[in-house]
Amino acid sequence: MTAAHLNQDAEGSRLGMWLFLFSELMLFGGLFIVYAVYLARYPADFAAAGHELNSWLGATNTVVLLTSSLLAAMAVSAVQMDKRRLAVALISGTLLCAAVFLCIKYVEWGAKFAHGLYPNASELSERPHGQILFFGLYFMITGLHAVHVLAGATLLAISLGLIGRGKITCHRYVFLENSALYWHLVDLIWIFIFPLFYLIV
Amino acid sequence: MSEQTHAEPITPFRVLVMVWVALLCATALTVWASTVNLGRLNVWLALSIAVLKSSLVLAVFMRLRQESPLFFRMFLVTVATLATFIGLLFFDVPFR
Repeated sequence: MTAAHLNQDAEGSRLGMWLFLFSELMLFGGLFIVYAVYLARYPADFAAAGHELNSWLGATNTVVLLTSSLLAAMAVSAVQMDKRRLAVALISGTLLCAAVFLCIKYVEWGAKFAHGLYPNASELSERPHGQILFFGLYFMITGLHAVHVLAGATLLAISLGLIGRGKITCHRYVFLENSALYWHLVDLIWIFIFPLFYLIV
Repeated sequence: MSEQTHAEPITPFRVLVMVWVALLCATALTVWASTVNLGRLNVWLALSIAVLKSSLVLAVFMRLRQESPLFFRMFLVTVATLATFIGLLFFDVPFR
């Protein structure tokens, strides 16, 4: 069979996924640029507000996401080696990590809401301007990131179903590769969110 | 139906786990670095470690090193575009 007869081109599919991921990088990149400008303008306010975030919960979530990425990458290798049951277990592990991540996020946001820290809250609006901007960016960026976690988990759950139905095999697994790529992007963005919001001094 | 098997290399579990360990160490380093007061350097140190970590994720987990050079070139275009925006912005904002 020559290339012209193939109705699926795995490299082309991955290239398309990467193009989409680049647009995602620009989206988050734009938000990080806003962060950089206001950090330069209000360094003291940003440090004060950053100290109110729980850096241990942030660090835990970093470890959870790094582990989930490892499991997703291993799942692709497992499918390539035709170890389907192992791949299913690894993807399930990734999904479990996603759930843990979102639960911790829920606890964090809940604690902030309980202290009257949410966009447009009266307690927050009495604070210095830089802190209002910090928390605005915090909720915007971590919220958008959490939406991406949900989307990535959905893609991986679909991959799980496709493996079960024999649609993803060691001969054809580009859907899993692309889902894993998306998942790694979620991890990549968190690698920048963690130090910039939780560890800012 | 096309088959993917023959052309594409498999990343061994050992390599993936090694990268994961390196990422965890880098995370510990970031946390530790934030406890040392270096003034403005803190942000640059944190960003440098984040760039190192993301390079590992991109190269190994996302298999950029196995893809054709086109993928990496496209990645560079993305980074260069972002860098251009950041550069122009910090040419403008501090002098207002």
